[in-house]
Amino acid sequence: MKKTGAQILWESLVREGATCVFGYPGGAILPAYDAMLDFPIRHILVRHEQGATHMADGFARATGNVGVAMATSGPGATNMVTGIATAMMDSSPIVCITGQVGSKLIGSDAFQETDITGITLPITKHNYLVTRPDDVARAIREAFYVARSGRPGPVLVDVTKDAQQSSCEFEWPAEPTLTGYRPNHWPSKPEFERAAELIHAAKRPVILAGHGIVLSGATDVVRRFAERAHVPVAMTLLGLGGLAASHPLNLGMMGMHGEAWVNTAIQEADLLLAFGMRFDDRVTGNLKTYAPQARKIHIEIDPAEINKNVKVDVGLVGDLRDILEELLPYVGACDRTEWIDHISHLKGDSAVRDIQQLPDSGHLYAAHVIHDIWKATNGEAIVVTDVGQHQMWEAQYYHHEEPRSLITSGGLGTMGFALPAAIGAKVGRPDAEVWVIVGDGGFQMTMAELATIAQENIDLNVAIINNGFLGMVRQWQEFFYERRYAATPLVNPDFTRLAEAFGLKGARVRSRAEVVPTVQAAREHAGTVVIDFQVEQEDSVFPMVPAGADLHAMIRRPSAIVETGADV
Amino acid sequence: MNTFVVLVENLPGVLTRVASLFRRRGFNIESLTVGHTQTPGVSRMTIAVDTDELGARRVEANLYKLINVLRVDNVTSAPTVLRDLALIKVTATPETRAHVMQLVEVYRARVVDVSPSSLVVEITGTEEKIDSLIEVLRPYGVLEMARTGTIAMVRGGTTSTEGISTSNGATHTEHPTDDVSVSYSV
Ligand SMILES: Cc1ncc(C[n+]2csc(CCOP(=O)(O)OP(=O)(O)O)c2C)c(N)n1
Ligand SMILES: [Mg+2]
Repeated sequence: MKKTGAQILWESLVREGATCVFGYPGGAILPAYDAMLDFPIRHILVRHEQGATHMADGFARATGNVGVAMATSGPGATNMVTGIATAMMDSSPIVCITGQVGSKLIGSDAFQETDITGITLPITKHNYLVTRPDDVARAIREAFYVARSGRPGPVLVDVTKDAQQSSCEFEWPAEPTLTGYRPNHWPSKPEFERAAELIHAAKRPVILAGHGIVLSGATDVVRRFAERAHVPVAMTLLGLGGLAASHPLNLGMMGMHGEAWVNTAIQEADLLLAFGMRFDDRVTGNLKTYAPQARKIHIEIDPAEINKNVKVDVGLVGDLRDILEELLPYVGACDRTEWIDHISHLKGDSAVRDIQQLPDSGHLYAAHVIHDIWKATNGEAIVVTDVGQHQMWEAQYYHHEEPRSLITSGGLGTMGFALPAAIGAKVGRPDAEVWVIVGDGGFQMTMAELATIAQENIDLNVAIINNGFLGMVRQWQEFFYERRYAATPLVNPDFTRLAEAFGLKGARVRSRAEVVPTVQAAREHAGTVVIDFQVEQEDSVFPMVPAGADLHAMIRRPSAIVETGADV
Repeated sequence: MNTFVVLVENLPGVLTRVASLFRRRGFNIESLTVGHTQTPGVSRMTIAVDTDELGARRVEANLYKLINVLRVDNVTSAPTVLRDLALIKVTATPETRAHVMQLVEVYRARVVDVSPSSLVVEITGTEEKIDSLIEVLRPYGVLEMARTGTIAMVRGGTTSTEGISTSNGATHTEHPTDDVSVSYSV
């Protein structure tokens, strides 16, 4: 039967399992929007195309399925760039569909023409320019396949207006076979044996658990592996939830704002087992002094990550879950109680510095707010964070038990990510309790999506950690720029009235005593509540490894109890 | 220096994807040539990059991440035939013409055009051989020069193209491609 390219587009999306699309219409995508009405698709009308991409991303991270965003040509497409780059850096499978001017007009600087395949070349896993209806189905099919297979990532499909309008015979293409694309790798037997040897020989091993655990669904086998080999597990930001925070072998987060004992353990380790992580500079600090005594085993799906930042002794390339299942029988039960006791000992010093332990000064601290939200939600919410101090406090004080329960922009550090990504997460998992933890700065970057929440009746809760500053930048200015607060103080709108203007509920919290009741009221309220937590303005995130410094050279939280001068 | 033979799908934008990858990852292309292969729809690039062994492995792994890249061979340490082609327009007056012709002879080059005041010399060979001819012609006056950049092929019976075809139903093939037969050194 003959169908238009627009019809084929939706037919293909539905066949690929898409049930919802986050988008914004315009001239070049109008034929597709017109055809949409005849398909079983929930369309969420966003307020900015950046929001659409973050929503698709949040949807993908919450569900593990491909998220779909749609926009028109020109400005619609360029507004997607930040969201695409965000998804690329964090290996999130999204498919972005953009309208393009008619194929005859390409290259003529026609109204709303931009070379979006050119612009997104380095920030997509792959992209397509489709100029004929005959190519629509294959492009969509391949886009989904490429987005979700191997190391996932964003794929953009740019469809000219005439390709949407004209008709052709519809035929659903066979499973894509892309000669030049080999997402599946498998190490050789000697490589497994060599890895097992290193594991048996190690006295002070540490597992570095990254996003790959979540992406490959390796939580269970990572736990079994850690238990059998008796190896403590340090988490990257995006790995959080990949192993339950309450698991006795889970040390907590590593890196720039990681726990002091975790970074120290890494520096003292004689073997690092990197599971689906990429030795980002935020977790290694100075590469020259990074884990100097450690052998390294890197299990990773992307061959290009092996030996990129850190030279490794064994690189096992392939899907993490499969590789660990294969490796497990090579590994005998081990006992490393001594090493694990040593790390527990390191923890002691941090416990006394912990802001939760400090005497109540009457001030409201972000860490307290997040701790109380964690308690109030039984640690079971999906938390979507923005970028800045609150993001790090969330990582430190909200203890995630399940994979896909923390959604945050790690690699690109995109402010404005949280609110739209949370909408995507809620649409993907309507039964989950979703909390946004966002700074007063980042919230204002994408707060227009409150209108999307209102229009689509989305039920989530927003905790604005309002410190009156671009807090993380202020912290750098405090530490490294003599407290010269250039362009970081914020004069904010009244967030509660703002929420009300969007038809949502607003609340304000100024003291610790109000936190739990307000959070509980928000949980019980049917509909989105925006809570303005007015916290201590000049608080800082500790510990901190200054950018490029040695991982063990942490700035620690000053405390009344601990003499801090020595390790600053 | 590392030399790669890269087989790619002959589709619009593929050269850009490859070139963009080198820029994005901070590698400098010394020479890049593109042309057809014996397999329809498959183009062959020879890319010379100034990098060490570790860098070369990163280049290879990253090239494989491009979906239109079918195969990558680092031929640097394989016994390889490397060839460059150059056209050199050199001043040749009645007094100097004989000398120039003699030099052309020594280098097994060919004269492919003659005018009262100049000759066009065609030479194929290694980069070094061509550089050397240019050096000896320079005193006579090199007016213009065009070079292809290096192409490479591993000696012996093995091939880089065995079993390579394009993805089934490669799209866009009826459109004029912007990339084919582009050949330049940078
Ligand atoms: C789009 C974007 N612009 C700038 C930055 C740089 N940046 C990182 S954190 C930060 C401050 C964030 O302030 P806020 O949202 O109030 O969060 P806080 O750190 O105060 O918790 C800035 C400006 C960024 N990450 N993203
Ligand atoms: Mg702030």
